[in-house]
Amino acid sequence: MPPGRRMGPPAKPKNVKATFGRILKYLVGQNKLLLVLVLVLVLASSAAQVVGASLLKPVIDNYIEPLIGNPTSDKMAGFASMLVLMGCIYVMGALSTYVYQRIMLSLSTKALLNIRLDLFNKMESLPLKYFDTHTHGEIMSRYTNDTDTIRELLSNSIVSTISSLITVISVFVMMLTYSWHLTLVVIGMLIIMMFITKKVGGNSAKFFIKQQKDLGAVNGYIEEMIEGQKVVKVFCHEDKAKEEFAALNGALCHSATNAHTFANILGPIMNNLSHALYAITAMVGCVLTIAGTLSLGAVVSFLQFTKQFSMPVSQMSQQINAILTALAGAERIFAVIDEEPEVDDGYVTLVKVKSNGNEYVETTDKSGIWAWKHPHSADGTVSYVPVEGKVEFDNVVFSYDGEKTVLNGITLWANAGQKIAFVGLTGAGKTTITNLINRFYDVPDGKIRYDGININKIKKDDLRRSMSMVLQDTHLFTGSVMDNIRYGRLDATDEECIAAARLANADSFIRHLPEGYNTMLVADGTNLSQGQRQLIAIARAAVADPPVLILDEATSSIDTRTEALVEKGMDSLMEGRTVFVIAHRLSTVRNSDAIMVLEKGEIIERGNHAELIAQKGKYYQLYTGMFELS
Amino acid sequence: MYKKVFSHLGEYKKYAILTPIIMIGEVLMEIFIPYIMAEMINNGIKGDGGVEYTVKAGLLMIGMAVISLSFGALGGMTAARAGMGFGKNLRGALFNKVQDYSFANVDKYSTASLVTRLTTDVTNIQNTLMMLIRMAIRAPFMMVGAIIMAVKISPKLSTVFFVAVPVLAIILIFIMTNAHPRFSKMLKKYDGMNSAVQENLIGIRVVKAFVRERHEKSKFEASATDVRSAQVMAEKLIILNGPAMQISMYACIVAILWFGGNMVINMTGMETGDLSGFISYITQILSSLMALSFIFISLVISRASIGRVCEILDEEIDIKDAPHSEITPIDGSIEFKNVNFSYSKNPDNLTLENINLKINSGETIGIIGGTGSAKSTLVQLIPRLYDVLDGELLVGGHNVKEYRLETLRNEVAMVLQKNVLFSGTIRDNLKWGNENATDEEIIAACKNAQAHDFISSFPDGYNTVMGQGGVNVSGGQKQRLCIARALLKKPKIIILDDSTSAVDTATDANIREAFKRELSDTTAIIIAQRISSVQDADRTIVLDDGKVVAFDTHENLIKNCSIYREVYESQMKGDEE
Repeated sequence: MPPGRRMGPPAKPKNVKATFGRILKYLVGQNKLLLVLVLVLVLASSAAQVVGASLLKPVIDNYIEPLIGNPTSDKMAGFASMLVLMGCIYVMGALSTYVYQRIMLSLSTKALLNIRLDLFNKMESLPLKYFDTHTHGEIMSRYTNDTDTIRELLSNSIVSTISSLITVISVFVMMLTYSWHLTLVVIGMLIIMMFITKKVGGNSAKFFIKQQKDLGAVNGYIEEMIEGQKVVKVFCHEDKAKEEFAALNGALCHSATNAHTFANILGPIMNNLSHALYAITAMVGCVLTIAGTLSLGAVVSFLQFTKQFSMPVSQMSQQINAILTALAGAERIFAVIDEEPEVDDGYVTLVKVKSNGNEYVETTDKSGIWAWKHPHSADGTVSYVPVEGKVEFDNVVFSYDGEKTVLNGITLWANAGQKIAFVGLTGAGKTTITNLINRFYDVPDGKIRYDGININKIKKDDLRRSMSMVLQDTHLFTGSVMDNIRYGRLDATDEECIAAARLANADSFIRHLPEGYNTMLVADGTNLSQGQRQLIAIARAAVADPPVLILDEATSSIDTRTEALVEKGMDSLMEGRTVFVIAHRLSTVRNSDAIMVLEKGEIIERGNHAELIAQKGKYYQLYTGMFELS
Repeated sequence: MYKKVFSHLGEYKKYAILTPIIMIGEVLMEIFIPYIMAEMINNGIKGDGGVEYTVKAGLLMIGMAVISLSFGALGGMTAARAGMGFGKNLRGALFNKVQDYSFANVDKYSTASLVTRLTTDVTNIQNTLMMLIRMAIRAPFMMVGAIIMAVKISPKLSTVFFVAVPVLAIILIFIMTNAHPRFSKMLKKYDGMNSAVQENLIGIRVVKAFVRERHEKSKFEASATDVRSAQVMAEKLIILNGPAMQISMYACIVAILWFGGNMVINMTGMETGDLSGFISYITQILSSLMALSFIFISLVISRASIGRVCEILDEEIDIKDAPHSEITPIDGSIEFKNVNFSYSKNPDNLTLENINLKINSGETIGIIGGTGSAKSTLVQLIPRLYDVLDGELLVGGHNVKEYRLETLRNEVAMVLQKNVLFSGTIRDNLKWGNENATDEEIIAACKNAQAHDFISSFPDGYNTVMGQGGVNVSGGQKQRLCIARALLKKPKIIILDDSTSAVDTATDANIREAFKRELSDTTAIIIAQRISSVQDADRTIVLDDGKVVAFDTHENLIKNCSIYREVYESQMKGDEE
């Protein structure tokens, strides 16, 4: 980590011990022995530094001083071997440093990888409700800012704190054995150093919090203006935007300067306090030498000690902030990992079966038909129900938050192969109904039945595999067009994908892309129009070939002429399947078997197009444009 | 590249220059302190100075520490001013530059990438600068100073440095140059992993609907494992730094003790006190070498950010304003003469081909066409949001290129397909159209856009606060607010780009009715999906694949234009059933 990257505000972790324990668990994992080795090596490396420095005294006192003007070969040999010993200790220390750092690099990145995987795996299994209540930015920062701080903690802070602590303790012991007078001086200075760190650090933290707030305002403004850049241009609003931005930017500059000034000052303070410590030790030491209490070599060694002592102390004082920040970040990550995943008590699974006279048997044959495998715990038997796509709602009441009722007493039947449409104003509950069918959200037992089976009994994955969804906001993934279509069914062949594209009328425009089906789509997908993206999404649903289709505003971004083309494909796609359609354009729903008009979570009219028109109710009003659909 | 970015220091340049100078003060003190230390031992303890000399030297040392502290603190302050001030200027420059971007420039970058450049990248660069000005002079100065002091103590013994420093320098340079590509690779992998997460967040419903959690998990695992191995590859080298530094330093200490010790023993110009002073200088010299290698790493890491920022600053704005033009449009007429247009400026890949149209002032013109027929592109040429590739576009009797952009765009109001409201009250948003609009004018515009009634139904009326992006109004209401905002400009030409798609047909008809009644002098161009939205226009343009297929009245189009008739029939079918 470059030194330029400063810490954010030290948000206080709530449960230091538990969080730290969990991080350690990731670090320890299967590597207990390696970690013991690391500890030994850290000890060796710190000891080497202390012992090496402590050898200065005997070198000066026992060899150099007595030898002055009187070099005997005997003593000189002793001097030389003493230095060789010192060199060996140092080399050993440096080697230990390298080896433990290398081991820690491997262990810490491994731990980080596991944290990331746990985080991602948990994220994938969270219920949609979680994503409704947390912004993308918030979740993203678990992966970026928060893991970064843990990375710093694992790869650096833990070991360097341990090594600092070992150094400080052993240096302290050495100091005591040399001179308790001088040690007292050092302790006095230490207290002053800690006091100042707290004072200046506290000030710095205060301004960092202010800076963070101002930065948020600046970033928010940047985001809003860049999002609306084209509108800004159309209204010649550039100068006004520049002016408003300058004000926010100036405020940020002010708080950031304050925050960084305090942070920058901390270094010189610690540095020079240790110089002062050095000077005071020297003065007291000199006095003691002249008084005969101490040897010259002892003072020289002691001075080395003060340096070795104050360096790790100031390092630790700087590490404390990093550790607290990391723990706070870890706590946020663990909070996600501890979230309740989607509950799935389903035991009815989707299998391929073959009809064998009057009963079904499971098969691995591709030509088999899909069926629900329903074990009955009461008598231990298993029954097979062919998948047809029959859906029933029985007086379903639903609320996202437990307070505001979104659906109120919805009862409906969709027979296999029927096309059911939902029509109504925004917020009437159309999308909610489709989200209940595939259990994005759960309703109480027995209210929704699929092929006669309570959907809460069906394994979620299998339930969802039996239906395809095309949503209003099409989400394509980084990868080729082919990959994106194949997303519907991972084992689909290229030919099957192309056939699906043809069905959705996407084939011709895909072939016009620079590299046809191999054209890479980027995340924001700027290289395709919204309509083209929707066609790919329809092809993706087609390749999955499920008995049930859910189309949520699937054609809203396609112009009516193209839609007419897609519709032809869609008609063949919908044939033999149960289809739920939500459409903004009423022309899309006209040929449905049944149309449900929703208002405030209730079905207020139902029937086919002709019946509803004849009824001259809400549908008639909507259809003739007397109400606004949005 | 660095020079270009750092030229944005501006008024903070004095701090950026002052900081290294102040740091020299700190360095000088730090250099002299070990010297005094040595003197203290030689003259105070071993010499004739005694306690008096030692205390004097000690106090001097504390005094120097105080001076050093003052310099250090002052330098820390000026560095913060320079760094943060520079950040402010750079961010401001980027923001202003992006404000000046044309549509074509904006299309090049995704919103997310522009935002990252203005936020994260600027923060990286400003922190690098702050560290640079504090360390870049300090480290070499410290090194040179310490070497001078060491030579002063004993030129002979200093030979040790002249061996050690180049050796360590070569090792560090070797490590850094090899680490650079590995770090770049790691950062790239890291970006890739993060965008995978982002994609999953946005597409979570798709992932769940297709039961692709396991597929996504294994994709993520592969990418996270990649990040890990790239990180190990890169940092494997960096951790060599510490031991290399330690070994060089310890080798120096042992060598100095041996050679220096021998000099002391043989009384050839060295004293015991000099030895500890010498060892202090060694630490200083080698640690400043380390600091230099650190600066190098940070520069390398910030290079990517600097490159991305420069890309924004260097982007050539492809629409050149005519800032001193005094011409104003005489009326709301529009004429396309042999206009070709291509987004990629490539004559072989035309989006609009050979467009010839003459629209009279005050006419209401409809535009109909399929997805990708370039309807939006056509109208965006009129306020010169894009420049034509060749041919000529006249608005109000003059070529659009002859106007000041502001003059032209104030006369041509445009309601975009993808429209945006900003945080603030409804009134604030409307005032974008005309900052000095009176309440009467605002209400009149809203009445014409059929927005007044629903605004009045809000408890706070025109003072209702909008969330970012106008989240608390429905799609249809948002569109009507956007129309009202455009009307407040009192333009000669108003363009609605599919701006009533979420508005019900009755209200849509009322809006067109109001346009006819109140804005009879204004040329109106309406892009629509519904034939009903354009059938009472004076004339309608039918576009297909970037070409004008027909331009005529509704009645004639029904008779003569097959595309138009096809759309009409498909839309009217329902009503006749």
